Amino acid sequence: MDVMPKWADVVLVPLFSLVLAAFLSALLILAIGESPGEALKLMVEGTLLRSAGWGYMLYYTTNFIFTGLAVSIAFHASLFNIGGEGQAMMGGLGVSLVCLFIPWPHWSLAIVGASVGAAVFGMIWAGLPAYLQAKRGSHIVITTIMFNFIAAGILNFFLVGALKPKGSMDPATANFPASTHLPTFEDMAQLLGFEKMFRSAPANVSFFIALLACVVVWYLIWRSPLGYEIRALGKSGPAARYAGVGSVKIIMITMMISGALCGLMAVNTTQGESERLILNFTEGAGFIGIAVALMGRSHPVGVFLAALLFGFLYQGGAELALWTKIPREMIIVIQALVILFTGALTLMVRAPLEQLFFAIRRG
Amino acid sequence: MTNNPAIELKGISKAFGPVQANRDISISVMPGTIHGIIGENGAGKSTLMSILYGFYKADAGEIFTDGQKILIPDSQAAISAGIGMVFQHFKLVENFTVLENIVLGAESGEFLAPSLRKARAELAELAAEYELNVDPDAVIEEIGVGMQQRVEILKALYRKANILILDEPTGVLTPAEAGQLFRILGRLRKEGKTIILITHKLREIMDITDTVSVMRRGEMTATVKTSETSPENLAELMVGRKVLLSVDKTPAQPKHQVLEVSKLTVVDEAGVRRLKEVSLNVRAGEILGIAGVAGNGQSELLEVLGGYRSATGSIRVNGSEIDLTGSSSDGQSRRARGIAHVPEDRQREGLIMDFTAWENAIFGYHRDPNHQLNRFLMNNAAIREETAAKMARFDVRPPNPNLTAKNFSGGNQQKIVLAREIERNPDLLLVGQPTRGVDIGAIEFIHKQIVALRDQGKAILLISVELDEILSLSDRVAVMFDGQIMGERDPLKTNEKELGLLMAGIISEAKE
Repeated sequence: MDVMPKWADVVLVPLFSLVLAAFLSALLILAIGESPGEALKLMVEGTLLRSAGWGYMLYYTTNFIFTGLAVSIAFHASLFNIGGEGQAMMGGLGVSLVCLFIPWPHWSLAIVGASVGAAVFGMIWAGLPAYLQAKRGSHIVITTIMFNFIAAGILNFFLVGALKPKGSMDPATANFPASTHLPTFEDMAQLLGFEKMFRSAPANVSFFIALLACVVVWYLIWRSPLGYEIRALGKSGPAARYAGVGSVKIIMITMMISGALCGLMAVNTTQGESERLILNFTEGAGFIGIAVALMGRSHPVGVFLAALLFGFLYQGGAELALWTKIPREMIIVIQALVILFTGALTLMVRAPLEQLFFAIRRG
Repeated sequence: MTNNPAIELKGISKAFGPVQANRDISISVMPGTIHGIIGENGAGKSTLMSILYGFYKADAGEIFTDGQKILIPDSQAAISAGIGMVFQHFKLVENFTVLENIVLGAESGEFLAPSLRKARAELAELAAEYELNVDPDAVIEEIGVGMQQRVEILKALYRKANILILDEPTGVLTPAEAGQLFRILGRLRKEGKTIILITHKLREIMDITDTVSVMRRGEMTATVKTSETSPENLAELMVGRKVLLSVDKTPAQPKHQVLEVSKLTVVDEAGVRRLKEVSLNVRAGEILGIAGVAGNGQSELLEVLGGYRSATGSIRVNGSEIDLTGSSSDGQSRRARGIAHVPEDRQREGLIMDFTAWENAIFGYHRDPNHQLNRFLMNNAAIREETAAKMARFDVRPPNPNLTAKNFSGGNQQKIVLAREIERNPDLLLVGQPTRGVDIGAIEFIHKQIVALRDQGKAILLISVELDEILSLSDRVAVMFDGQIMGERDPLKTNEKELGLLMAGIISEAKE
């Protein structure tokens, strides 16, 4: 028998982890001489109490949904895809090639094309380590992290060379043609008759692609025979072998889906926001995806909620950096604490909770 | 010697979370006797022994040795109280010699040589006293399992153990080795040692013990003199109801050839030949039993037939050749050819312990169009419903398809696997260790299902290390040793002694 009811495991454990992380963060903020209450107020006001704040938060959330889903699906196959950064960078390359070199008549077609380009590039970048793992036994954690560096190198190579417009001193591609520009939340609000909403915030239609990805991934994992095989392999290699579920095939497919999801992030950042390919556009989202997947328990609904939380932390952190002397790095510390508590230290949180429930049940 | 019991437990209780593993257990064992503890898997035998050896701390209760109350917070305390333990899985360093293993953990001083010299002398004494002969300089990995077990016993005696606990000691032994072990135990008893034997094999209890305790669901249900009880009586005490120990079946009526294996050879990753030109055949309507000590190629044979180990040679099912190495050599292709497989290790292979019963109920058949709504989605609702019906037919308890596999008992887990494989109506059923770790009540049910499938005219290949099971279920018995079939016998015309010789690889003497 499970000691804790499932809802407690799913809701209380992450919640308690979060509270603990928040408490430690508050101590840290106190230690550098700022008021944690003020800081929280600033974060909430700057993020949740104005529409532009939402526009920024959802922009980050979109990234985190993609990378969080990517890490989640790999987790289901017991694979640790730590190469989200690299896969997203390659996705960015795919997006820019599609946007720069194909004349798109309208953004609605361009976003389809860019998504395909992003997914295919991300897929290839995850497929190579997957092949090395499946066929050669090279550990996927090692190879994917090395592929991050290779991807960064490749991006560099193109942005100071072939893709840089002549005469430009900026390591970036030319601006994408206007017909590829995606409607932002501001544009959409205007269309619905709300002026002055989401002003100059970067969130754009790709947020809806991220939501769609959540639904698709849910069906894939819990409703499809492929998802069944992915989970079977993840839970027990010998059993999968007995049942005739080919591990090479499943590892390849899972990682390629994972890579495609990471790649899709670039539709948001590159086509949606910067409208050209720049260096370091991933801003660590590939790694945040790991925290999102851990906190979201590798479930699309959990990933969505965790992505919202991290979106809030990202945007809130920017607000803090702007208005207080709390450095932006502090937010990274807070994120690290959340990762520590939700990922590495769940047992520390779960054990006392289990005891509590056990005591309650005994009466 | 006093009249105090050598070891006495009073009111031992231990709970793991909501599970009461031991409830108010009391035993007392007189010196110079062998006391058996029998019970189904999960009855709490191992927990009780772990408490005695200091691995767990009891929630309540007291332990006395020779009338003195003692506390056993760790295994060091158990050893100094004169308690020695021989585990089911030996705790020996494979590449050390016998002598080094015996000294390990009991070295005296900074230098090894004096300890070893002292141990060598003492070992010679022990060997003479108890007729426990082993070569002190042999390396563990080079000696047989029976010998390794003797080293474990010597290790305990070297540490001055007066009370020896053996946990399922015969699981890995041939009948002949088990016989030797029992002679050793008899000798130890004669020398005044006290022995506690934990087993689930009724026959061993009847053969060697003086008194026996029966455990059921964490409680001690009875303690009786062995001479005043019978196997049937013990089985009833273990299960809580009357149990049919023998298998009820009519003579087989074999028909056409279903499985023909010829010259099957398997070379493993390390280059060792695990199967050496094995040939056998199974007809429709019969059970071919394969006896043998674990690790003599039976597992490899099942894996090749099940489609997840490559081999050379040939396998024909219903007259047509089966792919042994190519792309259609996997579990799903085998199932498509009418081969169902109940694997030896259900918790590692047969089931996914974290999956629910309904997810497990289609494992391996999950690509079957019957389980799909369309190309991309599975029909989970229908699978759940079907599983609930199947669980009812196979008496799986609790019959809840949404329960995770790990929450079922061993017997019920096995029933889930059996239900899945049998209800596909296969032409050939491969069964490995069908009742390993399964309680007696479920054994009866599982045996009945296998015989019923035979009577429907299906071919069955049965592999088991339980000789009783092989003898009572099979219509023909083949014996495997060192990757070869040593011979085939009619179960009605052979006996354990003859099979035991074949299992040890001795053919000449087995021809009676």
